Amino acid sequence: MNESVLPMLVPVAWYQVLAAVLFAIGAMGVLFRRNILVIFMCVELMLNATNIAFVAFARHLGSLDGQIIVFFVLAVAAAEVSVGLAIIIDVFRKRGTVDLAAANILKG
Amino acid sequence: MEYFWLIPFLPLAGFLITGLFQKWLNEKSAGLIASAAVGAAFVLAVISFFGLLSLPADQRVVHHTISSWIEAGRFNAPLAFLLDPLSMVMVLVITGVGFLIHVYSIGYMHGDSGVKRFFSYLNLFTFAMLVLVLADNLLLLFVGWEGVGLCSYLLIGYWYEKKSATDAGKKAFIVNRIGDFGFLLATALVFWTLGTVNFREIAERAPGLLEVGGGMITAITLLFFLGATGKSAQLPLYTWLPDAMEGPTPVSALIHAATMVTAGVYLLARTQLLYTMAPLTMFVVLVIGMATAIFAGSIGLAQTDIKKVLAYSTVSQLGFMFAACGVGAFAAAIFHLVTHAFFKALLFLGSGSVIHGLHGEQEMPKMGGLKDKMPTTFRVFLIGGLALSGVPIFAGFFSKDEILWEVFASGNVIPWVVLAIAALFTAFYTTRAIILTFYGQPRDRHLYDHAHESPAVMTVPLVILAVLSTIGGLLGIPLLAGGQRLKAWLSPVLGGGHAAAPAAHGAAEVATHAAEVATRSAAPHASTFHYPGLLSPFGHDTTLEMILIVVSVAIALIGIFLATRLYAGDASAAEKLRLSWGGLHRLLANKYFVDELYNAIVVRPIKLLSDFFWQIVDVRGIDGAVNGVGTFLRGTGDELRRWQTGLAQNYAVAIVFGTLLILAFVLWGRWAL
Repeated sequence: MNESVLPMLVPVAWYQVLAAVLFAIGAMGVLFRRNILVIFMCVELMLNATNIAFVAFARHLGSLDGQIIVFFVLAVAAAEVSVGLAIIIDVFRKRGTVDLAAANILKG
Repeated sequence: MEYFWLIPFLPLAGFLITGLFQKWLNEKSAGLIASAAVGAAFVLAVISFFGLLSLPADQRVVHHTISSWIEAGRFNAPLAFLLDPLSMVMVLVITGVGFLIHVYSIGYMHGDSGVKRFFSYLNLFTFAMLVLVLADNLLLLFVGWEGVGLCSYLLIGYWYEKKSATDAGKKAFIVNRIGDFGFLLATALVFWTLGTVNFREIAERAPGLLEVGGGMITAITLLFFLGATGKSAQLPLYTWLPDAMEGPTPVSALIHAATMVTAGVYLLARTQLLYTMAPLTMFVVLVIGMATAIFAGSIGLAQTDIKKVLAYSTVSQLGFMFAACGVGAFAAAIFHLVTHAFFKALLFLGSGSVIHGLHGEQEMPKMGGLKDKMPTTFRVFLIGGLALSGVPIFAGFFSKDEILWEVFASGNVIPWVVLAIAALFTAFYTTRAIILTFYGQPRDRHLYDHAHESPAVMTVPLVILAVLSTIGGLLGIPLLAGGQRLKAWLSPVLGGGHAAAPAAHGAAEVATHAAEVATRSAAPHASTFHYPGLLSPFGHDTTLEMILIVVSVAIALIGIFLATRLYAGDASAAEKLRLSWGGLHRLLANKYFVDELYNAIVVRPIKLLSDFFWQIVDVRGIDGAVNGVGTFLRGTGDELRRWQTGLAQNYAVAIVFGTLLILAFVLWGRWAL
């Protein structure tokens, strides 16, 4: 516990800015890229941006709660990847492309 | 006799067999089963008649309760039958004439595609009619009343491929609804005031609970009479009967001449105690009967369709019966009902035989000279015509004369004159029909050459009816010692002059029923409707009656003579008359334009109103609201579905901006608030 209350060499705000920037880059990628694989990677980027924020706060507040949540996020992300990649492969088999705009048959 | 209640169920069984097992029956067996059912009912009726005859006159009432039917509080209408002299007469006529008509139908309907349906309907009709006359309470009578109306509808529209036939069926049904509404209201009023619908209890309670000539009794009797005008085709509801001729001719004979249309007369006779307590209603009945008699009779003068002539004649003769009821001579009305059933069924079946022989032709201007081609039909038709015209010896003479006498003897001289003129018309149009059909030169060579006499299955019933039309009058010959048999037979129910007893007026000792005694002392019926001075101890002033008989014979002969002068020989005389009275002829030939009048003042407004409710209220209002909701939802859906593009990135944008909005609200919105 003693270790955890040590002052951080880098201020917590910097971590937050880094996380925000990474998150925004990921979000922009999700919104504007057309390749499903890239979008998928951007989603991973957003998840990890939040992980950074969680870890930074855990360190800053001297609590393990944030780090525990990171493990959950990693587990969920792994599960998501396995499902997501399967879907992507299937879309590719059906459409012959990984362009997300091609998978639009669920429109109203 | 104790099994008399089985009488209606025999035709019902016939109906069920011919109706349900059509697949396994052929035309012949269906006709035989149907006829046998009614024939068996007739045999049972005759047995019951002799059973009834063996009882003393004042005990001739047999009652049988089959089961309870409707019971609620004080209200009790059991399924129970009542056999008394009045219903006995009706049952004999229905089953007897009905049996002959069933047999005749086997020949007449031969080769028609729906014969089995036809016979099942006929049997159902006979059942309903028997329920009507045997019912011991008003509600059960109403069941029969509606049952015969239904069968009338079904049988008028029997040839349902023909639009005119289905229209006529609907017209008959709808016009009868107007009358039925009167019947139902009257029944409700009877229950309300007397607490019963049972005929015997009505007769017992009415004198004590209802004021003679009061508003309530007048309303009840007028409403019953409204029902009677619908069923019995009296003014103003008679228009359906001539149209009903669209049905097969045996139907016209059975339903629209002999039985169903007389149900109104039967109803009045059955509730005659109430009528004798309502002088105003009696006056209305007399006036309506008299007006109908002359009105329909005059229309009959100018009709060219042989069945239409007979139809208007039926309306006219029913008018005679109601006129008799109107002066309290219910027995005379029933007498005329019976003889009319004989000779009018004969005339209708005879005309059916002509139509059958001419392969469906009904227009008299195309007939002529048929007496050599169809000798049997000609002879029986002639007998029927003589009976209808009121030539002595034949049945119609006695009954019509009886009515004329009763009307005159009750002091109603003007109605007597009107009815006498109607009788003149009767003789005229009957003779005209006979001459145009059977005498002279054939006017349509082709039809004439192919004409043939009907088979024995049709002519034998005709001959039997002809015999009945000839001797049927013996039931009620006046003057003769021991005569007036029918009247004497009916007297326990209908009261009135007993041939062998002192006249009815004021003589309480004549009345056999206690209830009747009560009415007579309460309602001075006899003195209201009879001139006491005119009645001898034997019920008739012989000299005066002789004079009246001579007058009515003269009337009949004048009518026959005029028609013979006009129509026998060359047609120029009739043609000249028609031209010189063109307007009047048009008026008569077009039935006084009553149908057009009803169309204009009743049918069209109702149609317009229905159109309004259909086109405006229903289509625009109700359907509009329902469709409006649908259109609105579909419109919104159409707009909203554009938001679902199927592009995942569009949703992502929405998520991001949504999140940003929430964030913005959380961060700044709260402070702003």
